[in-house]
Amino acid sequence: MTARDGGDRTLGEAAGISSRSSSAATVMPALTVTISLLGLGLLWSLAANTWPSRAFPGPGEVWQVLLREAASGDLFYHLGATLGRVAAAYFVAMIVGSAIGILLGSYRRADRFFNPWVILFLNIPALVIIVLAYIWFGLNEAAAIGAVAVNKIPNVVVTMREGARALDPSYAEMAAVYRFGPLDRLRHILLPQLQPYLAAASRSGIALIWKIVLVVELLGRSNGVGFQIHLYFQLFDVAAILAYTLAFVAVMLVIELLLVQPVERHATRWRRRPA
Amino acid sequence: MQPVGAAAPLRVDIAEKTFRSAQGVSVMALKNLSFEVQQGEFACLLGPSGCGKTTTLRILLGLDRQFSGSFQLPEGGSNRIAAVFQEPTLLPWRTVEQNVRLALPKDLRAKNLDALFDTLGLAGMRSLYPAELSLGLARRAALARAFATEPAVLFLDEPFVSLDGRTAGQLRRLLLDVWSARPTTALMVTHNLTEALTLADRIIVLAPRPSHVLGVFDIGLPRQHRGPDATNGLLRSFHQKFPGVT
Repeated sequence: MTARDGGDRTLGEAAGISSRSSSAATVMPALTVTISLLGLGLLWSLAANTWPSRAFPGPGEVWQVLLREAASGDLFYHLGATLGRVAAAYFVAMIVGSAIGILLGSYRRADRFFNPWVILFLNIPALVIIVLAYIWFGLNEAAAIGAVAVNKIPNVVVTMREGARALDPSYAEMAAVYRFGPLDRLRHILLPQLQPYLAAASRSGIALIWKIVLVVELLGRSNGVGFQIHLYFQLFDVAAILAYTLAFVAVMLVIELLLVQPVERHATRWRRRPA
Repeated sequence: MQPVGAAAPLRVDIAEKTFRSAQGVSVMALKNLSFEVQQGEFACLLGPSGCGKTTTLRILLGLDRQFSGSFQLPEGGSNRIAAVFQEPTLLPWRTVEQNVRLALPKDLRAKNLDALFDTLGLAGMRSLYPAELSLGLARRAALARAFATEPAVLFLDEPFVSLDGRTAGQLRRLLLDVWSARPTTALMVTHNLTEALTLADRIIVLAPRPSHVLGVFDIGLPRQHRGPDATNGLLRSFHQKFPGVT
């Protein structure tokens, strides 16, 4: 008993130390990031003042455009359209890619047969898939989202295949002996083991997907950030192009901070606390 | 001895089990292995390391179906089986209590487990994650999971290896405590003769590869009378019956 009490105390102390150092550890990086971004803005401002040009507006000018677009409501309408497509393509790609990846990781013969397909799709340029999707399925929303998802699916497959190969069979055997149902197996055995791979696929996925969504919008949609950028490209309005780009980057940053990171913290709460 | 109409005992009759390596070399692990365990009896499968004890258990657990022969599990009551593996095999991403409850069938998930956790000394650790437990405590949680399901038969695969002697002894006493509360047909695999003599009603002695039953050692003595002297006596009579088996 005494040994266990001692163990608890050291655990508590370790947790205390880590929480104290972690509060300092969260303030310091935030400060660093702010200073770093301010520095970049300053550099941009200096450069824009040194070489004044319509093609290279300063941060102030971009900010004015941003406010104007926000006031008219255009900004939120187009951001919303793009965000919706990003979300739809992300879920389609993650679900389909995970299912295929887990199958290929679990069955070696299937993997040997389909591996060339995966490599083929990994190497088809995004632009080709988008153009073909529009030609075959028409200029509609399903073709747009489908094309983005198909671009992302091979990456998810490759990551999740590695995850399925790394599954520990002893958990599956335990589940078999204790007769876990299919849903319990998915929720308590499979997904927690695949969580790091899902996180990796998500992280690389969101960034890739939103860039491809812009191309899809540019080529065949009448709203969204990509459509707006195409419009302002024809008008040679660099300030508006930058305003839309930065606005969407900011949206993605907020999603990362308020959605992705808390979900990840929750999913990894069981890992041994850093001592 | 068995009353008429009682549930069938665990009956094992494995004709042959052969492993084929990737290079095409085949190794026969089991050959004509047959034994029985009576209802409510605690039996030990004793044999040297690598003699196919774990293989036998994997077949009985339904994890290995590549063998010839048959076996019959006790029916009656619940037809569930439970296992305590060599490693605790707790899900690291679930708490101790969640690990135990997940093994229960859906309609029993909410049942009261206070008594079980108390007996095993886990009452204060229900909300901890397995990584926060010592190996001894993780083993206790694995025992709790097995007993919580109230199985018709319980399989234990050297559940006390890689523990220090004192912790192992303490866990053996805990195992007997929970087992006596609800005597379950149990089959434990071990290579530790003293452990088998402490826990079992009957010891089934296996010969080295290809494994078959060398003989059966019945321990008539009730467990509470197995003090150090009595155990030494049992050891002597075991060695007389099975010279050369340690």
